[in-house]
Amino acid sequence: MTKMKKTKPLNVEKENRPEVNPSRRSFLNKLWIVLGGLVLVEVVGLVLAFFQPRKTRETAGEPVGIVEAGAVDKFTLSSVTAFVRGKFYLARLEDGGFLALSRKCTHLGCTVPWSSKEMKFVCPCHASVYDIRGEVVSAPAPRPLDLHHVFIENNIVRVDTNKVIKRSAFRAEQAVYAKK
Amino acid sequence: MPQQDEIPNRPNLLQRIRYSIFPSTLRTEKAREGYRRLFNSLILHFRPRNVPEDTLRWTLTWGLGGMAVVLVFLLLGTGVLLKFIYQPLPEKAYESILHLQNEVLFGRLIRNIHHWSANALIIVAFLHLLRVFFTGAFHAPRQFNWVIGSGLFLLVLFSNFTGYLLPWDQLAFWAITICTGMLEYMPGIGLWLQALIQGGPEVGPGTLSNFYAIHTVILPVSLLILMPFHFWRIRKVGGLVIPRPPGQGSGGHGQTVPAIPNLLLREIVVALVFIAFMLVFSMLFNAPLGSKANPGLSPNPTKAPWYFMGIQEMLLHFHPIFALFVIPTLMLVALFALPYVDYQVNTAGIWFASMKGRQMTFIAALAALIGTPLAIVADEYLIEVAARLPAIPTWITNGLLPFAVLLAALAVFYIFMQRKYAATNTEAVQMVFVLFLVAFVMLTVTGIWFRGTGMKLGWPWAGGA
Repeated sequence: MTKMKKTKPLNVEKENRPEVNPSRRSFLNKLWIVLGGLVLVEVVGLVLAFFQPRKTRETAGEPVGIVEAGAVDKFTLSSVTAFVRGKFYLARLEDGGFLALSRKCTHLGCTVPWSSKEMKFVCPCHASVYDIRGEVVSAPAPRPLDLHHVFIENNIVRVDTNKVIKRSAFRAEQAVYAKK
Repeated sequence: MPQQDEIPNRPNLLQRIRYSIFPSTLRTEKAREGYRRLFNSLILHFRPRNVPEDTLRWTLTWGLGGMAVVLVFLLLGTGVLLKFIYQPLPEKAYESILHLQNEVLFGRLIRNIHHWSANALIIVAFLHLLRVFFTGAFHAPRQFNWVIGSGLFLLVLFSNFTGYLLPWDQLAFWAITICTGMLEYMPGIGLWLQALIQGGPEVGPGTLSNFYAIHTVILPVSLLILMPFHFWRIRKVGGLVIPRPPGQGSGGHGQTVPAIPNLLLREIVVALVFIAFMLVFSMLFNAPLGSKANPGLSPNPTKAPWYFMGIQEMLLHFHPIFALFVIPTLMLVALFALPYVDYQVNTAGIWFASMKGRQMTFIAALAALIGTPLAIVADEYLIEVAARLPAIPTWITNGLLPFAVLLAALAVFYIFMQRKYAATNTEAVQMVFVLFLVAFVMLTVTGIWFRGTGMKLGWPWAGGA
């Protein structure tokens, strides 16, 4: 068995020390706590910064930002074309309007495949169903498929995949038309 | 002291090294004995010298805590080995697993042990939690150890979850996609938290390196810090709860016996048998590995890891705000608050609190066992409130309304049982716990085995799941 060493009572040394102003002592103690807290905040901030989305790594290599989809006439009415690189679908409505739909299900983020036979997007994860305009036909999806900006210049369709537009319903002005 | 003079005049190298580590062992038998004792008490620091004989009973603990410790060490050992081979990059992760399985000696076995131990740990830790609950071992003075234990359980869940992504196969990729997708519904901080954890707008390279760091450093270190704390608290309160039959007061603890060998031997037996079992199991069954992750193709059906299937099943019945935020938060708060209810009686050591408690537990379990599948089927085929009332937002028709109905059903059941049994709040809390427990288990079972293509209900043998 190990023997415990006897420790000196702490206050023996204290008595020999010069008087310390108690308010100064408590102030310094508080200062230590504040400084310690500051360090903690810094550390937390640093850790969070390390977790932040890595943009440079995401887009390493070719920038994906703007995708050139092709000539307007290439897309038949009431058709949906998948763009793997931009991770979206380009839908051409029956009236000729274009919509760039994100392929990410708004429920939990699965990739929704387009079924040209049924003219529907059916999510394999929880059976959400969307129509060609991305509107929810069948729950549990809480909102229509997200959109990307479509712009048409010189009869060429381009899609800006950098920005995701969330919407609560389909409105006519979301569709983009080629100028006649 | 006759042995005092036994130091060789010119000790050889080995003797000198030994002397430098244990200075007096060369000198006397007594000193050697002293070192042995010090060594023993250092290693077995978490064990008292004597333990009450009653607590050695197998049916008190079922060896579950010990098994959990064994699994943690199996996981640490195999995990370190895997770390030599595994590469946490999307282009390389899957290939490194293939390399591990096909070219590394015993690579597949090591991965299997890691995989099955991780899954077993969830089950064993959960059963341990149930054992502690049903023997009333969360009552004073063990309240805070329940909190530590619950924290440990969450760490185990997160370890499993973060490890799930690492193989980077279809199974992993989509399970993590939908699980991190669930975060989006957390009000306020959801989107921020999601981007933080994913390390980007979707599951990708950032997610993989985040999960790898969390899985291989942060969580194991946290576990290794919290575990000794958990064990030390057991020793601090004088060991385990002393088992006693219902109705008997908590008297002193009968006979005590030395922990070595009585307790130690039992622990070693449990550990060895369990290790053998895990080894055989890992030799017989391979850890699953799908095809390489393809962000463009969600498999049908896509399922969360099995321990989150209860929550995924709730998603099919409740609006996401309720299924993913309100209900899980309430469950977590209840878990941590459980030992701090002002209980009328301390039932530590009595299985299911009392005879009355046993009956109530049985009825509650039966009610949930029958009620949950009925509610699932009814919701699937009969109830279409949201479709009938399209004008009202779905978070009311699909969230608040069913939630309120469930709470009302719970209240009716509670009042009925209280009228019938006039129970103490100890027994009543236990009843509600059992109700939720069995309901959640039923949801999980439904999610794992009764959900097929398109998450439609179906029999497991119909080839659905």
